[in-house]
Amino acid sequence: MATADDLKFQEFDDAANLLAANPDATTISIDEPAEIPKNQHSHLQEPGREEDDELLGTDDSDKTELLAGQKKSAPFWTFEYYQTFFDVDTYQVLDRIKGSVFPVPGKNFVRLYIRSNPDLYGPFWICATLVFTIAVSGNLSNFFIHLGKPTYHYVPEFRKVSIAATTIYAYAWLVPLALWGFLMWRNSKVMNIVSYSFLEIVCVYGYSLFIYIPTAILWIIPQQVVRWVLVVFSLCLSGSVLVMTFWPAVRDDSRRIAVATVATILLLHALLAVGCLAYFFDAPELDIPAPAPIIPAHNGTTVVTKSH
Amino acid sequence: FPGLADVSISQDIPVEGEITVPVGSSSPDEDYSTLDEPVKDTIMRDLKAVGKKFVHVMYPRKSSALLRDWDLWGPLVLCVSLALMLQGGSADSKDDGGPQFAEVFVIIWFGAVVITLNSKLLGGTISFFQSLCVLGYCVMPLTVAMLVCRLVLLAGAGTVSFIIRLIVVGAMFGWSTLASTAFLADSQPPNRKALVVYPIFLFYFVISWMILTFTPQ
Repeated sequence: MATADDLKFQEFDDAANLLAANPDATTISIDEPAEIPKNQHSHLQEPGREEDDELLGTDDSDKTELLAGQKKSAPFWTFEYYQTFFDVDTYQVLDRIKGSVFPVPGKNFVRLYIRSNPDLYGPFWICATLVFTIAVSGNLSNFFIHLGKPTYHYVPEFRKVSIAATTIYAYAWLVPLALWGFLMWRNSKVMNIVSYSFLEIVCVYGYSLFIYIPTAILWIIPQQVVRWVLVVFSLCLSGSVLVMTFWPAVRDDSRRIAVATVATILLLHALLAVGCLAYFFDAPELDIPAPAPIIPAHNGTTVVTKSH
Repeated sequence: FPGLADVSISQDIPVEGEITVPVGSSSPDEDYSTLDEPVKDTIMRDLKAVGKKFVHVMYPRKSSALLRDWDLWGPLVLCVSLALMLQGGSADSKDDGGPQFAEVFVIIWFGAVVITLNSKLLGGTISFFQSLCVLGYCVMPLTVAMLVCRLVLLAGAGTVSFIIRLIVVGAMFGWSTLASTAFLADSQPPNRKALVVYPIFLFYFVISWMILTFTPQ
């Protein structure tokens, strides 16, 4: 039979005090993850705010799973697990491509386009397209450069496709792996605010390679100046996307490490472009475009001059 | 059985029926009946199925027959003949020549497998081998283009022959892509159709490029 005292409302002490009184009691701690998605949605509108980093950077995995429902709960040996990496629609892929080509200052590519849903479709097919575009454009440009020469016999140079494929896929997968490892290592030493998962890094790298596809097509133009202007231009565009993505991830580290990381990222990106240009595209001849003129010498014999 | 001693069956319940268990489906391909037929019948039946699929590719209509009864004979024959016809070009011993037999084979089969996996990962409802079957059969226009190219190259290798080859290969490339898209695009949700069609386009583009750049030694 309850007494009147038992029925009175009791104030419960703070959990800490109760625990101090009875240290062996089992405790249940309830985080407040439900708060975070709401905040994230409102904060997406103002990505420049400093609190952004704190809210978005902590508890990455918790938030991702909550936002995406039961996204990655399938074990990795089932087909459904890999289907979660292809959960994109056409307009999403096109948006991501657009975001990689037109960097908006202040907006982070990963945060804006990928945050909830990294995909493998874009990186894989952009790399495949790039491989064949470089091989085909290189072949075409060599054909046009050597067109007038009588000793030139056209060859399809098919072996270069495998070389292009190895290079580009290695760049698009090994460099993100190295970068991810490096960032994880730095994260264990310095508490970084923003950290990316491996798939997000692969995604950024894959989409940032898209600009090289039209660049490779335009490299058919046999003018060195045009080619180098294209290299610089595309490097600026995709490089700025990469820099804006990775600068927040390293800026809390020591100054030298941060700058060195970003510089390495840009250097490798540039190396890829320049290397492809040098290897797949022969240098155009520096002479006049007219075919070899035939100048009759005064004694009647014709002399063919080659302007080398 | 002492408990059954007082059970009696009234005389007007008929006890009749068949004891044999009926075979599940009455399809004409029961193993039971095809074991005894002459080999010629078996071969002709398979050949007819392959031939019917070739006709389907030539006049692409949405037909579920092509998808249901998939087979890989046609794609194998087409792939091997295409790879054989692509041999004998620019046989420099430098690595600048055209694709070797193994390279063509690998590109076609590996490319078809990758496209099939891609469409399944994007949520397609078509089965793995059905998709391989369609992609393989739709290489047929390009094989025809290769044949035409080789014949044109026998006549000469100048600009005119190049233009003819370009037109033929271009037309066949369009035909292949349209034919395979007609069969495969329907199995995708509508907001991802372009994501599935683009790799098919790339695949046939690469094969067309190999055909167009074939130069005999």
